Amino acid sequence: MEILSILIPVSLFLGAIGLIAFVWTMKARQYDDPQGDANRILTKEWDDRPKPPGA
Amino acid sequence: MTHATHVALSACPACAAAPSAERLAGLAAGREGRLVLSLPGAHCAACMVTVETALQAVPGVRSARVNLSMRRVSVDAVAHVTAAELIPVLAGVGYEAHELDPGLLSATETDRQGAELLMRLGVAGFSMMNIMLLSVAVWSGAEDATRELFHWISAAIALPTVAFVGQPFFKSAWASLRVFRLGMDVPISLALILASGISLYETWAGGHHAYFDAAVMLSFFLLAGRYLDHRTRAIARSAAQELAALEVPRATVLTGGAEVVRAISEVAVGDLVRVRPGGRMPVDGVVVQGASEVDRALLTGESLPVYAGPGSVVAAGEVNLTGPLVLRVTAAGCDSSLHRIADLVAIAESAKTRYTSLAERAASWYSPLVHLLSFSAFGYWMYATGGDLRFAINISAAVLIITCPCALGLAVPAVVTAASGRLFRKGFLIKHGTALERLAEVDTVVFDKTGTLTLGAPQPANLADHPMDVLQVAVALAQGSSHPLAMALTDAAPPADVTDLHEVPGYGIEGTWRGARVRLGRAAWCGAAEVDVTATYLALPDGSTHVFTFADSLRPGAEVAVAGLRAQGLAVRLISGDAAGPVAAMALRLGITDWVAGALPAEKAAAVAQMTAQGRRVLMVGDGLNDTAALAGAHVSISPASALDAARVASDIVMLGQDMQALPDALRIARQASRRMVENFGISAAYNVIAVPLALMGMATPLAAALAMSLSSITVSLNALRLR
Repeated sequence: MEILSILIPVSLFLGAIGLIAFVWTMKARQYDDPQGDANRILTKEWDDRPKPPGA
Repeated sequence: MTHATHVALSACPACAAAPSAERLAGLAAGREGRLVLSLPGAHCAACMVTVETALQAVPGVRSARVNLSMRRVSVDAVAHVTAAELIPVLAGVGYEAHELDPGLLSATETDRQGAELLMRLGVAGFSMMNIMLLSVAVWSGAEDATRELFHWISAAIALPTVAFVGQPFFKSAWASLRVFRLGMDVPISLALILASGISLYETWAGGHHAYFDAAVMLSFFLLAGRYLDHRTRAIARSAAQELAALEVPRATVLTGGAEVVRAISEVAVGDLVRVRPGGRMPVDGVVVQGASEVDRALLTGESLPVYAGPGSVVAAGEVNLTGPLVLRVTAAGCDSSLHRIADLVAIAESAKTRYTSLAERAASWYSPLVHLLSFSAFGYWMYATGGDLRFAINISAAVLIITCPCALGLAVPAVVTAASGRLFRKGFLIKHGTALERLAEVDTVVFDKTGTLTLGAPQPANLADHPMDVLQVAVALAQGSSHPLAMALTDAAPPADVTDLHEVPGYGIEGTWRGARVRLGRAAWCGAAEVDVTATYLALPDGSTHVFTFADSLRPGAEVAVAGLRAQGLAVRLISGDAAGPVAAMALRLGITDWVAGALPAEKAAAVAQMTAQGRRVLMVGDGLNDTAALAGAHVSISPASALDAARVASDIVMLGQDMQALPDALRIARQASRRMVENFGISAAYNVIAVPLALMGMATPLAAALAMSLSSITVSLNALRLR
């Protein structure tokens, strides 16, 4: 059962990473236009290089 | 006219001038850089690229980004670029666009409440998964020290989580308790607090059962329902508000020879107001100077423009067509005919809010029942066990958790979200919370004609009757005017060589052709015999006259929509303020047998009220001010996006695109959605019938609670998604 002392912190740590990632996506406003984002990957624009910020 | 947006609670809508005055300031100052347009037609990746590329090609536009979920595009541009410039650009690439008010928009776009709910939902989800991991170990037989350790870790995750994610429920429960009411959130909050409290005590006392997973799961499912609900409402509200802000309530007042632009609330009786061609009358008044024609279609449904010269009485809301007019104000603000109609709307609106939705009816007996069950279980077990407080509280907490209103909280929002999403994709925007349910009950559909079944734009009807040279002269003359009839003629033929064009406001256009005078305009002015349909007349130098008649073009999909509604067994009526001739022709064309022409606004409303009194559920479809009272009085109402503000405010559903074809489909979806809601209530009731007796007998374990809760929530969500 000593393994629990490693496994539980590990599982909580992994969960926390997920939570932090979620908070980040929220702050980055990634849920504003789910439909548009889903469609945007189909366009050929900016396929060769990333869109420069602010453009 | 935007006053009408704020009718909600004010007895006199026009007196609620403060918000619009603020908005005026905001419009003047905050215009720089940011424009937002509604794009009802955008639906795919290609649309986004086309729109963005077209807009970015406009000089001065820095960037354009389409939001497909909201069907709009935000444009970042230098100050002098206006929406009026961009709309034709989008029309050129095939997209209909409307300007939205960036002032109102900023309030809805930074959707803090939605973001907060989403954050709480995420936290609840994280905690739920982690606690469930530990709970599964306990359920599968963890003993003694291990079980206690797991319970303590669960408590460490669950207690802060419940304290954070439960806040919306606690707040609203407290608010309803303060006014001595038992809202839906009271049993929810009680269940959350009791479950956490009991579990903490059990953990401390080394007990077997802890409900931490149930408490967190309860808040997760309920938050999911609440977030869906919020999202549906937020999208509808923002779009509806933005549409409502298309017209700014300003008037150009003449004081001592100078023109001053003022808010309508500051215009007094006796002031002189100038109205330019193409502008809408901001006030009721008498013409003192100028001659023109006015389009009263939105106010009365008449499709023929009416002559206005010195002494003519005009009403707010009419459109000035050809020449500048100066009006002496006879009524402004609260007293204008526009606002008397808005008042009617406000009265009818308050009647509409009395409609209680299915969810509200269910909730009204749900809360007392749950409390009663829980307390009687507590009372019984206190008596049966001879005062075992711990056991009795455990039972009553289990009852509260098991009867959790997950189905109530999730079933209806899930269905409404699915249905409004589908309707939105078909171009219908649900503005009112209960509109979907009311739409499902409709058995009679009443249409307005001008601007609803028709587009309100005239099309030449008898071009083929005229020789080419006559047509060319008419076209050349027509190009000199912005009158709607003239505009409709301009593309009919290549123009002849007519020089010296000038418009005589209120009469027509005059020019010189082959050295002689030619005229296009009113019958008397051209010396022609008047016909009883919408027409303009051409007088040629040889003394001959020619009549160009016009028919209002049918809205695309109107025929399909009417046929579809009749196929569903609904009664279809046409009630118009227009003359009998055009109304009869339209009714015949659409196959509507039941029609009324020349109806005044009050008569329209009375007709709707009479049908309602006969027990019919009326769907009113209209766009004009003359329809407003009928729209507000009907069981449920739809107006096109091109309708006047007051009409859109009064209606429950706004049709975003031009095409009406999807109307029968919308009714079908609404009926299906209603059926799904009832089914969902049935499903959750079935789970409760099985689980509640177990809980009352003290046989419900945390595992049983978790199973009942998640199974019922998942089933109702899946059932909602079946909507097609």
